[in-house]
Amino acid sequence: MKILVPVKRTIDANIHVRIKSDGTGVEQENVKMGINPFCEIAVEAALQMKEAGAVEEVIVVTVGQNVCEDVLRHGLAMGADRGILMETDQSLQPLGIARVLEYVIKKESPQLVIAGKQSIDSDNNQTGQMLAALLGWPQGTFASKIEITLDHVKVTREVDKGLRTLSLQLPAVVTTDLRLNEPRYLSLPNIMKARKKPIDIINASELEINIIPQLKTLKLEYPPKRNGGVRLASVEDLVDKLRNEARVI
Amino acid sequence: MGILIIAEHDNHILSESVLPVVSAATQLGKDITILVAGQDCHKVAEQAASINGITRVWLAEAEHYQHQLAEELAPLIVDQVAKGINHVMAPSSTFGKDLMPRVAAMLNVEQLSDITVIVSEDTFVRPTYAGNVMATVKCEGPVKVITVRTTAFEPVNVRDSAAEIISINAAPKLGVSEFVEGIVTESDRPDLNTARVVISGGRGLGDAESFKLLEKIADQLGAAIGASRAAVDAGYISNDHQVGQTGRVVAPELYIAVGISGAIQHLAGMKDSKVIVAINKDPEAPIFEIADYGLVADLFQVLPELSDALSK
Repeated sequence: MKILVPVKRTIDANIHVRIKSDGTGVEQENVKMGINPFCEIAVEAALQMKEAGAVEEVIVVTVGQNVCEDVLRHGLAMGADRGILMETDQSLQPLGIARVLEYVIKKESPQLVIAGKQSIDSDNNQTGQMLAALLGWPQGTFASKIEITLDHVKVTREVDKGLRTLSLQLPAVVTTDLRLNEPRYLSLPNIMKARKKPIDIINASELEINIIPQLKTLKLEYPPKRNGGVRLASVEDLVDKLRNEARVI
Repeated sequence: MGILIIAEHDNHILSESVLPVVSAATQLGKDITILVAGQDCHKVAEQAASINGITRVWLAEAEHYQHQLAEELAPLIVDQVAKGINHVMAPSSTFGKDLMPRVAAMLNVEQLSDITVIVSEDTFVRPTYAGNVMATVKCEGPVKVITVRTTAFEPVNVRDSAAEIISINAAPKLGVSEFVEGIVTESDRPDLNTARVVISGGRGLGDAESFKLLEKIADQLGAAIGASRAAVDAGYISNDHQVGQTGRVVAPELYIAVGISGAIQHLAGMKDSKVIVAINKDPEAPIFEIADYGLVADLFQVLPELSDALSK
């Protein structure tokens, strides 16, 4: 069995983002970039299945500019077998990305796609579900547990009111939540080895896939700033303020 | 010019998450339909029909809608859109987040996630980068498929209406996915999303046992209990309590953060609360930068004292 893992390059989770002075986007120059944390969990999940013997090959794929090769190398250094870069300079939105991934999947015929549930930049939480829709495949979103059998995958999902387990016919799309696993650290020998692993580069703009964005960003702004208040000396002070100043209890 | 709202329910009770979505929908237009799809769920349709401001309820009952799986609901919704629907809306709960991208892709349109403001019928504001950048987005697709951040819209509270309930045909069963089991966290406390007071614990609590200190105060205040990712990851409390960028988003009247340092991912889920209290022994913790009232102290000392002071 083959697993395909789409990965995205995002600004590092610990960076305080700044809006560009012309308001067209956020500052990315000299900002630390890396693999989206949910995508990293997805790679780890695929590798654990491979190590358990259920899977022969793990392919990482990304859609974007050539600089995105670094997140493929990250996946390869974790242990993925090969990478595919669907290269384009076009700015992308989830449906466009899902269409490009659909093309890759039709070419590679994996039995399972494991994707991150959302990227920490656009916070959309859409691409996996859209991909499943385009392929007509079942979807198991926000997974905290994945068990694979010959023709099904059992997915335990984290939902607002607890946990929900589904059984999906393969092929299927699964998206990862935080508690699925803890991704491994990259060792230096594995980083070196990853440099020699193959990456196919395909020009996504030349394919007949509509990736033109439908959503137009008119404005980016910071939310209203919340100012810190006062430090109190005691619990009595706190209860007094909550009762008599804020009047919330 | 119709608006279609997808109801979240368990075949018996309509989720309150529909109320802020109706409120958002009334800003977009007057012709508002709520779709209730499930099994033996006429009661839910009646509850939906009582919400003021809506025009009608569509009721689709079939065995394959019992668990409201996205694979089965999406084709049903797509069929309805052909009846002249311009906006399809759902709460941005895990239900809406699972379903709506599938609907959008089947309609060949991009989806708008987690909107907080309606600027016009095609322009919306939504949070990105863990709520640190608000994006105003115009949607050029013919149909707008939207999930609504429920804390950003005042729920419609009047429920004395009796809109028409119309039964509609189910779409054929796909049968590619099957519900196995659900573990519902039972609690007598108010729901995190709608609670007036939320008290949350973080890594500082140290273990699951210590969360009981929060429970006592939660009971005194009628509060819901939340948690930071660190506390959930460490197994102190179950996942459905996680507040933050990728968990639940809350905006109560009072939010009390106990032993939570205040990573941006956590702030994303609670910084719209009206009054924020932070209790942490680290004076440098970032949570103090947004707290209205801060107490630099050992939480194990403070929590019993707080409980005593509240009972006075």
